[in-house]
Amino acid sequence: MIEEIFLTLPHIILSISIILFLVFDGLWKNKNINFWGSLISLLLCFLSVFISLQYIDFGISSNYKNFVTKGLLSFNGLSYFFDLLFILAAFLSILSSREYQRVRYKELNEFYTLILIATFGMIIISHSNNFITLFLGVETMSLSFYVLAGFFRRSLQSVEAGIKYFLLGAFATGFLVYGIAFLYGTAKSLDFTNFANIVQSGEINKTYLTIGITLVFIGLAFKIAAFPFHQWAPDVYTGAPTTISAFMSTAGKASAVFALLLIARNLNLPFANLEATKSIAFNIQEILSIISAATMLIGNFIALVQKNVKRMLAYSSVAHAGYLLMGIVANNPEGWNAIAFYSLAYLFMQFGAFTILSLCEKEENDFNSLEDYYGFSKKHPFLAGTMSVFMLSLAGIPPFAGFFGKYFLFVSAIKSGYLWLTIVAIISSIISMYYYIGLILAMYFKEFKEGIQPRLGLPFVAVVICLALTIVFGIVPQFILDFTYSLLG
Amino acid sequence: MELLLTLFLPLVGAILLLFVNRNKIALFKYSSFIVSILTFIISIILLIKFDFTNPNFQFFYEKIWIDKLDAGFRIGVDGISILLVLLTTFISPITIVSSFTAIEKREKEYYILLLLLQFAMTGVFISLDLFLFYIFWELVLIPMYFIIGLWGGKNRIYASVKFFIYTVVGSLFMLVAIVWLGLYVGGNILKMPGGFTSNFILIKEVLSKNIIPFEIEKWLFLAFALSFCIKVPLFPLHTWLPDAHTEAPTPGSVILAGILLKLGTYGLIRFNIELFTTSSIFYAPYISILAVVGIIYGALVSAVQTDVKRLVAFSSVSHLGFVVLGIFSITVEGMQGAIIQMVNHGLSTGMLFLAVGILYERRHTREIAEYGGIARVMPAFTVLFGIAMLSSVGLPGLNGFVGEFLSLLGAFKSPILNSYTYAILGATGVIFAAVYLLTMFQKVAFGPLTNPLNHTLKDLSKREWSYLVPIVILMLWIGVYPKFFLNYSEASVKKVVEKVHQYKFPAKANNNSLNIQFEKSNIK
Repeated sequence: MIEEIFLTLPHIILSISIILFLVFDGLWKNKNINFWGSLISLLLCFLSVFISLQYIDFGISSNYKNFVTKGLLSFNGLSYFFDLLFILAAFLSILSSREYQRVRYKELNEFYTLILIATFGMIIISHSNNFITLFLGVETMSLSFYVLAGFFRRSLQSVEAGIKYFLLGAFATGFLVYGIAFLYGTAKSLDFTNFANIVQSGEINKTYLTIGITLVFIGLAFKIAAFPFHQWAPDVYTGAPTTISAFMSTAGKASAVFALLLIARNLNLPFANLEATKSIAFNIQEILSIISAATMLIGNFIALVQKNVKRMLAYSSVAHAGYLLMGIVANNPEGWNAIAFYSLAYLFMQFGAFTILSLCEKEENDFNSLEDYYGFSKKHPFLAGTMSVFMLSLAGIPPFAGFFGKYFLFVSAIKSGYLWLTIVAIISSIISMYYYIGLILAMYFKEFKEGIQPRLGLPFVAVVICLALTIVFGIVPQFILDFTYSLLG
Repeated sequence: MELLLTLFLPLVGAILLLFVNRNKIALFKYSSFIVSILTFIISIILLIKFDFTNPNFQFFYEKIWIDKLDAGFRIGVDGISILLVLLTTFISPITIVSSFTAIEKREKEYYILLLLLQFAMTGVFISLDLFLFYIFWELVLIPMYFIIGLWGGKNRIYASVKFFIYTVVGSLFMLVAIVWLGLYVGGNILKMPGGFTSNFILIKEVLSKNIIPFEIEKWLFLAFALSFCIKVPLFPLHTWLPDAHTEAPTPGSVILAGILLKLGTYGLIRFNIELFTTSSIFYAPYISILAVVGIIYGALVSAVQTDVKRLVAFSSVSHLGFVVLGIFSITVEGMQGAIIQMVNHGLSTGMLFLAVGILYERRHTREIAEYGGIARVMPAFTVLFGIAMLSSVGLPGLNGFVGEFLSLLGAFKSPILNSYTYAILGATGVIFAAVYLLTMFQKVAFGPLTNPLNHTLKDLSKREWSYLVPIVILMLWIGVYPKFFLNYSEASVKKVVEKVHQYKFPAKANNNSLNIQFEKSNIK
């Protein structure tokens, strides 16, 4: 009993602080309390994960049977790793949001609380052991994202992003629920372990299983903006507040990928050694690999012609979803590790890039076009250099973190026999080089253009953290790998 | 220790310079020069301590980096790489001195990038781990991209992007091959705990038993070869080179021609021939054909250039054709010639670029037609320029002759190419070289001093003397007594060649050549 409290410590801390901050906001309307309070609660949450990690063995050995959560939540190492990732993303996002809010609109406390709620949804996803908890987590996260995307209510773009995201997202959620209903009809159980056992036993309706799995995957593919459900992503990421785009495109994406990973891992795709489900399982793997290939190609091709840096990053994030899917396709321990590593690396480089954009934005002009960045390095050598590091890391050039992430993904894909997918990934990486280099080129080689006046302050701290970690994880990836491998057990 | 210092000193220098105020230009110039000279001195110690009778890797240093993937920081030099390491440490201080006047903006970034570039290039030559090698290989790209793009000529942006994309295309396919190889050797064969290895010595030892089916090996060979042939550049993958060379600032061109292109030829020996014996024998004729085409094509295109720098750039395509021909003759002579020719090309073409840079700094034009009669106003310059030109032509007594002669000799004798045609056609390249280089030299240096702008040109300054003379000394040294340099590479080259020959002609192999020493294995 007491162990369960320790295991759920991050959830408890986060949910209590969400309620507290909502009340505080009503009582005092003090900006400082909510801002610093959210940061501190996230910090506590981060530390509490390490306490929870001490109790993992207990949770796994007892099979969650005697728990109050009754097996709705699972507590394994990889889940906690992703908790850390989500909490870190939320922390960076809040850290960089304050000044940005003040410049673009005005500071509202709900902003921070919504980020906390989204984070809570994510850590529910990462611990879900049941389709219902998974669904609840996805919805909690998405609903706060819909609001956050349209948060700047004076800005047409932001409102458009919010509405678009909401309408399409609600539709995708429909798919997810419908798929879960089919799965329940198939196996009479929504618990991952039970479900897998029943599927393995072969006493199932194959058609329903196929439809159910497909619909669930469609619902989640929407959330990670995989082809052909990626169309919302560029508009939403461009219109939404930049710090929120950063949060959505890193942590939001990672959580949906992790949901896919949970399903693929628990159902043991492609339903190994099972005569009854062989054909459909085979198809799922194949379809996922095709989706993965198409996602990276489409994302990179369209990013190639973007003139708006924020939009370019949005399309590139579609492409990165494709890379992450490679790990799901491989579905082996190397693949799960690679996803964990790449999500983390991607968090830092993408977040850093978006935060630099947010530093340069002004109320009257968002300074997001490529031309605004001409000669950026002349006046702001540090920021330009940092941005270049993020671009090179996104492009997968060593020795930055992004390269190692890609490397591990390639290893996992080749190991499970998907050489062609790796070659597609290589080709799309080559395409992506062109636009990542394009931004560096604009910042360094073009004539200087007056205009951008980046602000310093707290968001700058977030940039420095991202920069440091992008480089450190590039030079000593061993550190994170040891961690993830130990968590996989 | 010496090897670690040779590698890391420039990096340490670059990092320290990062914290210096950008207005202290003189400090950047002299401290980066001192760092590179120190590195050169240490590499000389390396050369003295090197035991050239031993064909194996020396100064071996290993530190595991990512134990799950058995990727490690493994470095070492053998006879093939030591000369190229020396070439790198020798050319680097020269480029730094030549940059003092050639680079007039953003000095801070420039000298940091230059030191970083030296670090990365040295790393490529000495890394004995495929993973590490790949990282250094890509790391070379970033400083060079900035050097061309920031300090280059009119078309610099086009040239830098072209350079970047071309190189990346090749190297990413190499990455797939590295991953495949690591999984195959580490997982399927050795059953390592992580299921992966990138230890070059280990992989080489496993592959020497020819266990990979030819159908697969040939794709691996091609993936590696594509990357290296782009860098060399082998015809028809050479189109990035003239643009990059022409647009780069003088020191950039010197590094590009002097060292960067050798990364490709070095890779061909170290990885393609050492790892994939069957495919090397299979593809040797095809690659040699491309090399011969490159020799002739490069020479013919050079002959019609009106821009001195572009002319020298195309001559590189021609000269590196000899190197590739020598390598894929897979004979001791050919490969020895190729290695010495790599050094020669670095010296002679590097010096030609320096000479062009000296002219350019005075007149700000590279058109041949703008010059004429330079010998009257700049006699000393003309003499040194002439020596570089003759060395590039391949005049006996200077270094160029030794390399080209040995490469062609190898192609003649090669039992694997088994045809004289390659050597005969290749030899015409020497004649063409004489034609275009002598014509260019004559147009620039001799004749009447027609252009009034040329009347006031100043002869070489002390600084220019200081960086040209060491090159000339080395040119004469290699030309007159090449044995000193050939000794270093002989043992290692013999080992590589014998391995291939043993596979191709098992019957002929006598007891002597069977006596191949294998490296100490570190299979755990």
